[in-house]
Amino acid sequence: MNAPIARLFVVVVLLFGVLVVFTSRWTVFDADALRHNPKNQRDLLEDQRIHRGVIRAGDRTLLARSVKQPDGSFIRTYPLPRLFPHAVGYHFINRGSAGLERSYEDDLAGRNSNELGGLIDRLGGSDRQGDDLVTALDPDAQRVALQQLNGRKGAVVALDPRTGAIKVMASNPGYDPNGVKRNSTFRALNRDPDAPLLNRTTQAGYPPGSTFKVVTAIAAIDSGKYTPESRVSGRNGKPISGVPLNNDGGESFGDITVTDALTHSVNTVFGEIGEKIGKRTMKEYMDRLGFGKPVEVDLPLDERASSGERRNGRILDPTSRFVDVGRMAIGQDKLTVTPLQMAMVAASVANGGTLMKPHLGDRIVDRDGRTVKTIKPEVMSHVMSPDTATKVGAMMAQVVKEGTGTAAALQGIDVAGKTGTAEVDRSCGPNQLWFIAFAPIQDPRVAIAATVECGTGFGGTVAAPIAKAVMQELLK
Amino acid sequence: MRSARNRELLALVPASLLLTAGFAAVFIERNDVLTNVSLTYGALFLALCLAAHIVLRVTLPYADPYLFPLFAVLACFGLVMIYRIDEKLAREQAQWFVIGLGLFAATIVLLRDYRVLERYRYTVAAVGIGLLLLPRVPGIGSQVNGAYLGVRLGPLTFQPAEFAKIAIIVFVASYLRDTRQLLVIGATRIAGITIPPIKHFGPLLVVWGAAMALLFVIQDVGSSLMFFGGFLAVLYVATNRLSFVAIGLGLFAAGSWVLYQVRPTITHRVDAWLHPFGPLYDQAAGSYQIAQSVFAQADGGLFGRGFGQALLDVNGSQLLPAAQTDLIYSVIVNELGLVGACAVLCTYLLAVERGFKIATLARDSFSKLLATGLTAVFALQVFVIVGGVTRVIPLTGVTLPFISYGGSSILANFVLLALLLLISDRARREAIS
Repeated sequence: MNAPIARLFVVVVLLFGVLVVFTSRWTVFDADALRHNPKNQRDLLEDQRIHRGVIRAGDRTLLARSVKQPDGSFIRTYPLPRLFPHAVGYHFINRGSAGLERSYEDDLAGRNSNELGGLIDRLGGSDRQGDDLVTALDPDAQRVALQQLNGRKGAVVALDPRTGAIKVMASNPGYDPNGVKRNSTFRALNRDPDAPLLNRTTQAGYPPGSTFKVVTAIAAIDSGKYTPESRVSGRNGKPISGVPLNNDGGESFGDITVTDALTHSVNTVFGEIGEKIGKRTMKEYMDRLGFGKPVEVDLPLDERASSGERRNGRILDPTSRFVDVGRMAIGQDKLTVTPLQMAMVAASVANGGTLMKPHLGDRIVDRDGRTVKTIKPEVMSHVMSPDTATKVGAMMAQVVKEGTGTAAALQGIDVAGKTGTAEVDRSCGPNQLWFIAFAPIQDPRVAIAATVECGTGFGGTVAAPIAKAVMQELLK
Repeated sequence: MRSARNRELLALVPASLLLTAGFAAVFIERNDVLTNVSLTYGALFLALCLAAHIVLRVTLPYADPYLFPLFAVLACFGLVMIYRIDEKLAREQAQWFVIGLGLFAATIVLLRDYRVLERYRYTVAAVGIGLLLLPRVPGIGSQVNGAYLGVRLGPLTFQPAEFAKIAIIVFVASYLRDTRQLLVIGATRIAGITIPPIKHFGPLLVVWGAAMALLFVIQDVGSSLMFFGGFLAVLYVATNRLSFVAIGLGLFAAGSWVLYQVRPTITHRVDAWLHPFGPLYDQAAGSYQIAQSVFAQADGGLFGRGFGQALLDVNGSQLLPAAQTDLIYSVIVNELGLVGACAVLCTYLLAVERGFKIATLARDSFSKLLATGLTAVFALQVFVIVGGVTRVIPLTGVTLPFISYGGSSILANFVLLALLLLISDRARREAIS
């Protein structure tokens, strides 16, 4: 009877093998699918028990922290609720997360991506604590930006052109992230026609108006086809792409230099330049500046819009036959941009032609104060030669000195900038008002874009003072 | 045979160390401090094991030296897991261990010649069937998740199936010892299939009918599979005819299918097994438990989350129902991962190997069949509950032997262990003399 006993043992071994196979299936092969099963709330429940790291501004001001509830779970609170709602975002179990709360989720929650690292962590300690995020944001300058917007819809974004560190990210109207956890409040915010949840600095699609002439100037000079002294006819009503183009106020100019054309924002000059240098050259420089792709910043992808010509809601390649290059060159046609993208244009000129990748996060710090990760300044692209940058910078300085942007002039500091006034047919107000700038010219420490929706007046009278006040605060 | 006992003593040392280390881990996790309670538990457990070892040394000096330490490892591992789930339950479980060891010693002393059981085979069978029917007796029976497996006597709940499995194996082993020759000799071959003679096949049909009735009465696929599987294992070893097993399995499958069609509770449980994330998830006694079981395992991954790290309750309510009994394997996978689960299964496999080894060494047919049956039913119990929580088969309310919380399970499995050691002692004693 021993042979069947041995065979019986083999059967038991096989049966146990099936158990191992099925255990492997759930623990390894199907584990991801099971973790993401909508019925599986483990991650969410676990999440509530994590002591999430705090988010701080550049001056260590607390922007977000977790508070322990009586039942042992944690809830997020935002001590300065109206200051940085769009940059910081929110994190609630019932709502999900947004902003930096989402893009730095793994660091804030202390999640280790690989199994072995997690194992070592678990052996080390029992309480799961996330790391802190320190940003480069400047609360004082942000306050100035919001005060300057003064209830008007619009956006201000300022960054350090040398590193790409974002100091100001103001979008108006804002919201109180603490209220987002309530369903009624969240529904109301979503239904609000003024779109307070929208981060206008990175998600809005505004016509850039004349600020885009800086892009055209960069392309024209860096490609070697023009110099700041090249003379071009600024006659009013010059045909561009076969259709007459008018200057602001119907003003006509003779043969003027490119510098003068930028200073007085002469449409017909830049329209002609756009046509002459062509779509290919324009595309090349727009690509280098980051157009055509979701704007480069450490926010979640769905909070980053692309800048460029749009048709049927999709971004068009600048070489497309649907693009009127002459009108694109002066910021008209179907061009829409994010304020951050325009700040990047100013920043590239400010930083000698080298565009640094914009980022909000500065470093990740653990509970013991050790820096575990530094978000290093990173070159995004070499847009133009340093020589071109100096030339374009000097042209922009003229704008502030004696052109359309005099309202941005600062006492004792040389500012370079460009105004923009884009006509939009909106019931709320006729113009999208812009100002992009950097300062000081000799050693630029700040690049900025300020814009107001639905405004009356000009970029130089409405947006330039906003930019001025914020730059003044940042250069203090 | 002093060396066998010395090896046993030596093998108990790692078991006690494991227990002490396990408790220490849970303590550190819970309080960030290491109190001497973990050492107390370890010392207590070692003392109990030593007591049992001395009983074995005196009464069964020739018995297999590895079986007891293997069971001790499982028991102490179970104690650590239960302690991690609920301290109060662990204290109760420790008390059951003391009683279980008492019963273990009593079985060894009182049943020195276990072959007397053969004489009382019909009594034993009647007791076994009676035990299985107890949960349906109004007033004391209790239903959990649609299955009738428990008996409630005052403050105590009791799982009669745990004891019934031993009684039924004793009966089957003694019955087949007598009839196995007749089953084989009288068999006819029709179309290449060996058909046993109708006259002797009758009792087998009775067993099949009993298994079906069991399925019908207690409404539990897993337990029925365990009993019927144990029976088929003994039948196979007794006759060495695969066709008998095939016929048996066929009959079981057919019966189960019919019951699946006609009994809504069984239909319900099978559907919960097949579609755990479907609409049954939100129903009472639906698929919530099995769904949570696989979620817990997915959470564990390859290495697990570590002792005491699994999420078991949420704001005071249970996330993982019956974590200390039915789903204890899910908790093990959650905390120790695939690696830890494989280690546990390997320990069971080693114990099963010792059981079958005892069966091969035994001289007489009854001892062989009894050892085979007891080992097979033990292995099948592990398969049925682990297979249940890993969705190999529908989930069943049986315990994971020696690991799950439960007095009846501990007591019954100690009796099972005692019987195996009795058989082993006799076999090895005869082999030497």
